[in-house]
Amino acid sequence: MVPGGVNEMNSELEKAGRVADFLELGELFAKDALERNESCGGHFREESKTEEGEALRNDKDFAYVSAWEYTGEPKDAILHKEELEFKDIELKQRSYK
Amino acid sequence: MDLTLKIWRQKNKDAKGALKSYDIKGVSPDSSFLEMMDLLNNNLIEKGENPVAFDHDCREGICGSCSMYINGEAHGPDRLVTTCQLHMRKFKDGETIHIEPWRAKAFPVIKDLVVDRSAFDRVMNAGGFVSVNTSGNTQDANATPIAKDAADKAFDAATCIGCGACVATCKNASAMLFVSAKVSQLALLPQGQVEAQRRAIHMVEQMDHEGFGNCSNTGACEVECPKGISLENIARMNREFLSATITSES
Repeated sequence: MVPGGVNEMNSELEKAGRVADFLELGELFAKDALERNESCGGHFREESKTEEGEALRNDKDFAYVSAWEYTGEPKDAILHKEELEFKDIELKQRSYK
Repeated sequence: MDLTLKIWRQKNKDAKGALKSYDIKGVSPDSSFLEMMDLLNNNLIEKGENPVAFDHDCREGICGSCSMYINGEAHGPDRLVTTCQLHMRKFKDGETIHIEPWRAKAFPVIKDLVVDRSAFDRVMNAGGFVSVNTSGNTQDANATPIAKDAADKAFDAATCIGCGACVATCKNASAMLFVSAKVSQLALLPQGQVEAQRRAIHMVEQMDHEGFGNCSNTGACEVECPKGISLENIARMNREFLSATITSES
């Protein structure tokens, strides 16, 4: 319950609005993480790892940047893929050995 | 420490407003005044009451947001501190503390302890700047020699954070200390002298238009200023303004 009214200065309502925004953002982050079915950089999924336990990328299916279109509810956000095309440089995977 | 707080509550700018009494227990002497207010607000919210609205931002004495008139003094009993820098050890266990917003016709109350200080912004917009094209024509700053004492005074004037304590404490609600600090910080430097006349005239004009009072050389502003801005700035602005009205073409 947020104290105070809507038609007056209300810092508690401001704070509640910010919390609501962060929760929505969190939900979208989770949706995005579930959609990206590979491990890539800081995004690590247990089911996608190399023998040594490092991140296993799937460049064939996931070489794109995800941009999510707002439609109201985070679960209804629409995915737009910005494909990563490597023309002059070869797409490789880094070895940490 | 336990305290009784008498705080100004006002629903909005048209409401009447009144002092309300609150008891608060278990305040740490090492906490700041605003942390104590946070504790009060937590208690109020838990009881389902409206928390006290107050301005705050940096909470380290530099932004000029926090603005409480505490026991009849702007920013409380300590010198050269803002409300956020005031610690509860300056008060005694069992003491009653009166907390009010800045009182001035030019600072209408928005809610509780929050006042509208946009009058200051409009005064600054009227001339508190140097109009220079800063792109593509910058030169070495050291190519313009400036006397050290002028630079020092300009720097001191520039430490004004625009909190408005000077207006609140002045019996006339005059903004002279604030406006003179903003005029002086530029008037003392060669870059500011180019537009000095119109700056003095327009800023004073806007200051009067906002409904601030006139200066009667009381000096309470200098005493309460959290940054120790000097009364000399007021004297300087009076000279700037007089000279501008006599010699200016417009």
